[in-house]
Amino acid sequence: MYKYDPIDQQIVNERVAQYRDQTRRYLAGELTDEEYRPLRLQNGLYIQRHAPMLRIAVPYGLISSKQLRKLGDITKQYDRGYGHFSTRQNLQLNWPKLEDTPDILAELATVEMHAIQTSGNCIRNITTDQFAGIAPDEIIDPRAVAEIMRQWSTFHPEFALLPRKFKIAVSGTEKDRAIVQAHDIGLEFYKDDQGQMAIKVWVGGGLGRTPILGTVIREHLEWQHVLSYCEAVIRVYNIHGRRDNAYKARIKILVKALGIEEFKRQVEEEWAHFKDGPLTITQNELDRVAKYFEPMPYKDLPAHDASFDAAVASNPAFAAWVKRCVQPHRVPGYRAVTLSLKPHGKAPGDITSEQMHVVADLADAYSFGELRSSHEQNLILADVQLSDLFTVWQKAHAAGLATPNIGLLTDIICCPGGDFCSLANAKSIPIAEAIQMQFDNLDYLHEIGDLELNISGCMNACGHHHVGHIGILGVDKDGSEWYQVTVGGKQGNDASIGSVIGPSFSAEEMPGVVQRLIEVYVRERQDEERFIDTVRRLGVAPFKAHVYAEKETA
Amino acid sequence: MSQLIQLAANGQASIVADTWTRVVPPAAGEESVRKQAGKVVLFKLTGEQTYTAEQIANTEIPATGKILVPLTIWQARKAELQSRLPTGELGIILATNETAEALQAEFADLNSLPLIAVFVERFADGRIFTLGNWLRTRFGFKNELRAIGDVLRDQLFFHKRAGFDSFLIRADRSAEDALASLNDFSQPYQGGVADVPVWRRISRA
Repeated sequence: MYKYDPIDQQIVNERVAQYRDQTRRYLAGELTDEEYRPLRLQNGLYIQRHAPMLRIAVPYGLISSKQLRKLGDITKQYDRGYGHFSTRQNLQLNWPKLEDTPDILAELATVEMHAIQTSGNCIRNITTDQFAGIAPDEIIDPRAVAEIMRQWSTFHPEFALLPRKFKIAVSGTEKDRAIVQAHDIGLEFYKDDQGQMAIKVWVGGGLGRTPILGTVIREHLEWQHVLSYCEAVIRVYNIHGRRDNAYKARIKILVKALGIEEFKRQVEEEWAHFKDGPLTITQNELDRVAKYFEPMPYKDLPAHDASFDAAVASNPAFAAWVKRCVQPHRVPGYRAVTLSLKPHGKAPGDITSEQMHVVADLADAYSFGELRSSHEQNLILADVQLSDLFTVWQKAHAAGLATPNIGLLTDIICCPGGDFCSLANAKSIPIAEAIQMQFDNLDYLHEIGDLELNISGCMNACGHHHVGHIGILGVDKDGSEWYQVTVGGKQGNDASIGSVIGPSFSAEEMPGVVQRLIEVYVRERQDEERFIDTVRRLGVAPFKAHVYAEKETA
Repeated sequence: MSQLIQLAANGQASIVADTWTRVVPPAAGEESVRKQAGKVVLFKLTGEQTYTAEQIANTEIPATGKILVPLTIWQARKAELQSRLPTGELGIILATNETAEALQAEFADLNSLPLIAVFVERFADGRIFTLGNWLRTRFGFKNELRAIGDVLRDQLFFHKRAGFDSFLIRADRSAEDALASLNDFSQPYQGGVADVPVWRRISRA
């Protein structure tokens, strides 16, 4: 993974000093709330319901064992002994003290980490596929360009105060796992017919209050021009994006208002002025950064391992875990392991300080000392030998990190919700926990199969509810908490936005509602159909009918 | 004490006396606060009128000395202001909701203006940075480019890198304190108006 050189280190150190002084001035009354707000937000600090919330950047979801241990220590010393992985691959602390945040940032800087631009109206952490570099279906590993873009976007002088937040996702696989279509800019890397790395550029996607999938603004962009092109897009947005209404300020609204053709015309016109200027990435710089993302020193292993095969055959619990939590790897004899942060009845994405240390040790022993976080809020050991899987499972299991539910109904994507977040209309974690308990039967879960259930506590959609096969959205009706249900959303290349099935439900009704949606699926499914396939084939009607019929007779 | 920070050609910042008189239109007859989707409108949209005809007509313009005039005032009262241009006594204020093209339409050679100021009503309005960039790069403006309005020390580093070389710090804040922020970062990653990306600036191998 990328390692800081003196330039990188100096920037995070100077940032700590700058932020320390800003916070000092705020606490001394020299800065108003309004003036301090964008400063703290651009350092990931929210003022929340109970305490500030600090969002620490995990650039494109890549983290070392050393960094994770530091996070374990920080959460122990400055928080309540746990952290929360977010849907943008970052780590959030729920209980830090504002006065401590400069010290936390100073601690982070010692392990090449920061909280820069994890919030605020600026370019946010760039996200990608958690299997980047190892996925069998990967065409281009986008991480080197993602790192170049991280540096370019860090304290970008022109884009420090955009109309609204700006999210970029990159992906270089056949099967999209980074939901590039749901980002302000989505960059889909591919090899063009000359065999060169090229990028298909999507713009104007986003969830939130107005969910819209992105539109292709450029089919073919040479990688050398990715910074200049993004700069042209964001410059047009910075000038013309609405600043009078926060709900209409995202780039998607501008793209819709102008129409993609007109927006594209403006971008291309702007781009033409500086396309071949200093922003053109040199081969030299790409090579410098790419060398940090070269393949690990893999052993030459056979494609099969007898001890592994025997363990799968003799141990059903291990076999169930392998089926759900072990993902393919491009190198023979290796697999990726997803450590589930979704044990039933616990807040999805949460991890304790002790677990962070366990995971760091696992990474050191079995996966070259590196980890990834996923937007599904789990942690991944990307490079585990087949022969080590059984030991990894035992250790992960002992630490409560081996729930075999990856991709199943209880692998719920969930925002912090009303328990923590001051934006939320409703709680989300207790709903996730109640649903997990309703389906706390692994055989039944496996029988239901692939199903993505996403929960957001408000229309800002941090829990990506629009693209959940089942989506749950917390809404406020006359001061009480209700939940609106959508079905048919999907991430991936064939992404779709879910449809609302009808009037919303109370918290108590939610496990039963999900149960009834599953009943329709189990009744109607054909052959190997997944839940989403059945929804797409039949439409919303039968699901709606069953859910509300039961409700009336209940 | 002056509120004006100026960068010398060598990049050295100092607090200097402001030799320009800013022409400020009288306040509008009634404060109009529009509501939209339950929120107070915070920013003027691009192209939205900055001053009313009445405000423009009632604006007092000093008869002598260097004057800094809003673009809309210049547009409406060009005839009486024209003579100040050749003597180097006219600077123009562009608001963030106005366009560099509109300024260009008035002054084919922007460098006939010794000073352009960009007025930012609220510091969080980041259009000022793009305007600075455009004026310097696209429109080739070489003279003094000043940030005025809600100009605070925590945005100064960005203003500087977006092409501004003078900064009129908001009246209730110390320009002295703000000076330090111009050196917040010694080696920024990306290029700025007068700068190339770090990987073109130094060897990182």
